Amino acid sequence: MATARAERLVNLVLCLLSTRQYLTAERIRGIVPGYADAPSDEAFFRTFERDKSELRDLGVPLETGRNSAFDSADGYRIARRDYELGDIDLEPDEAAAVALAVRLWDSPEFTGAARGALLKLRAAGVEVDGGASPVVEPKVRTTEPSFPQLLTAVQSGRAATFDYRRPSDASGARRTIEPWGVVSWRGRWYVVGYDRDRGAARCFRLSRIVGDATPIGPSGAVHRPDGVDLLGLVVGDAQEPPASTPTRLWVAAGCAQGLRRKSEVIAESTVDGVPGDVVRLDLSFPESAASWIAGYGPDVVVLEPDTLRKAVTEVHLGVLDPDREAAR
Amino acid sequence: MSSATERLPRLLALVPYLLSRPGVPVADVAADFGVTEQQLRKDLELLWMCGLPGYGPGDLIDLSFDSDAVTVTYDAGMRRPLRLTASEATSLLVALRALADTPGITDTDAVQRALAKVEDAVGQAQPTGVVVGLAGREGAVRPGVRETVQQALSRGRAVWMRYYTASRDRVGDRTVDPMRLVLVEGRSYLEGWCRSAESVRLFRLDRIDEIDLLDEPASAPEQAEPRDLAAGLFTPLPDQPVAVLDLEPDARWIAEYYPVDELAELDDGRARIRMRYTDRSWMVRLVVGQGGRASVHEPQDLADDVRRHAEAAVSRARHASAT
Repeated sequence: MATARAERLVNLVLCLLSTRQYLTAERIRGIVPGYADAPSDEAFFRTFERDKSELRDLGVPLETGRNSAFDSADGYRIARRDYELGDIDLEPDEAAAVALAVRLWDSPEFTGAARGALLKLRAAGVEVDGGASPVVEPKVRTTEPSFPQLLTAVQSGRAATFDYRRPSDASGARRTIEPWGVVSWRGRWYVVGYDRDRGAARCFRLSRIVGDATPIGPSGAVHRPDGVDLLGLVVGDAQEPPASTPTRLWVAAGCAQGLRRKSEVIAESTVDGVPGDVVRLDLSFPESAASWIAGYGPDVVVLEPDTLRKAVTEVHLGVLDPDREAAR
Repeated sequence: MSSATERLPRLLALVPYLLSRPGVPVADVAADFGVTEQQLRKDLELLWMCGLPGYGPGDLIDLSFDSDAVTVTYDAGMRRPLRLTASEATSLLVALRALADTPGITDTDAVQRALAKVEDAVGQAQPTGVVVGLAGREGAVRPGVRETVQQALSRGRAVWMRYYTASRDRVGDRTVDPMRLVLVEGRSYLEGWCRSAESVRLFRLDRIDEIDLLDEPASAPEQAEPRDLAAGLFTPLPDQPVAVLDLEPDARWIAEYYPVDELAELDDGRARIRMRYTDRSWMVRLVVGQGGRASVHEPQDLADDVRRHAEAAVSRARHASAT
């Protein structure tokens, strides 16, 4: 920012903070250094408009009003109470938590804003050591292309529409939702809201949105109902009911370490002339386990239950004859 | 962000900052604001020219310099920083709430207290529409592993561990000089200098089968730099082998779950992806497990391996049920 402009804006803020009266543009033109240089009325008003919108963008609460009914033009002031950050006094461990929170984001939408917040907290006298490398460093990324669009839709209370592709249905379908929030869970982003087509609350994974999410309808039209637990909706959707199935497997000696580390060896056994172990393993998700176990190929053989043994064999036969898979 | 939009917030924050720290060294101020000392001095000179209407000597912001330290002697009414904007409050509060709800990352009690104080100071706490749940797929972390990792980091000690390397399906012993604990995409990793690999590695906590704190101090060599995780956990290397896979709709999750170089749509909702991998046996396991929903388009020898692996599996299973 050019020095002259920065100086003028700082003076404008100081001037409007110090007055209880509303000051008209003309009055400000006469008082605040920099405006007197304007070559014409038009040039002054253009500059003044630009300055006002810059201050409002920064969050400066610029009030507009008239001191009395006899005033012919609007005036401006800044209420100190609305301008100033409240008192805040953080203990060292609390300040360390803030430093960690600021570093949580790895996101164009939040990283800069978090640093801006930190700047103000420091200005309020909080000692936050940002230089020390924390031993714990969580990171939250927002790389999904539709993230900023949906965040804007949520924050402006607008509906949004997008093409959504479910894993089993690659063609994709147009969805229109009234978004209540964006939620990160297990490192993935979801948008949660009222699905107009289904007539119910739904979660959508941002990575499955194809192309742009387009805000539609007027701002402020969408309101999140009271008592909605955004994270709860996502977690409820993402978690399958855990069931534990005891299984017995044969594992070739020295093989399938990933499986062995989750199992317990109960006997030695030779299969097909190959030495190995019989192991016991409790499976919570037998369906995905069939795929995992099948990946080990000849190194693992399912002994029981029969359903899992057949499922694994089906996977292998599917590899050898993909049409078989298609016919299932 | 351009320097234009950065400078004014800094100028408005500087006076209150200096007021709360009389005699602060200029270098410290520059560091806290993330600018050069030269830029900071320009900012201070500018503030010196600003003040209240009248703009006489008693109306202007006054700063006194004592060698390289600075003190505000007149603040012209700029005593407190500007409130947080909605997006500043959102980014900070959402992050604090996420940390507060996740035991095991940091001191949750301190986070709760900080959260309450920040909410109080920020005022007008409105629902932000953004929620971050940091806890994730942590169920499989063995008891004691996280505690030992945290102790190693806080005490600066090396660790011995028995670690499962999924890409090679091997369990091996390693001695590691811990550097930091990172939580990425819902999973916790210990980042450290692996003495046997002689490089910085990330170790997933749920793949550490045993861990012991060693008596010797952690001594990662100077060249050991924490990895920049902005681009993701997986760094594709030019010398890694490449597979071209055709995915049925049911197997498209592979393209979501693993980094792929290219994705091309085929007919019937199928997709063709190019992906790199570290270990051939891992790729064979992945494809065989898909039961035909994923197939190797290229290279042919990988496709042959997949087929042989499945054939051998069918044959061995028959053998087992026959005996």
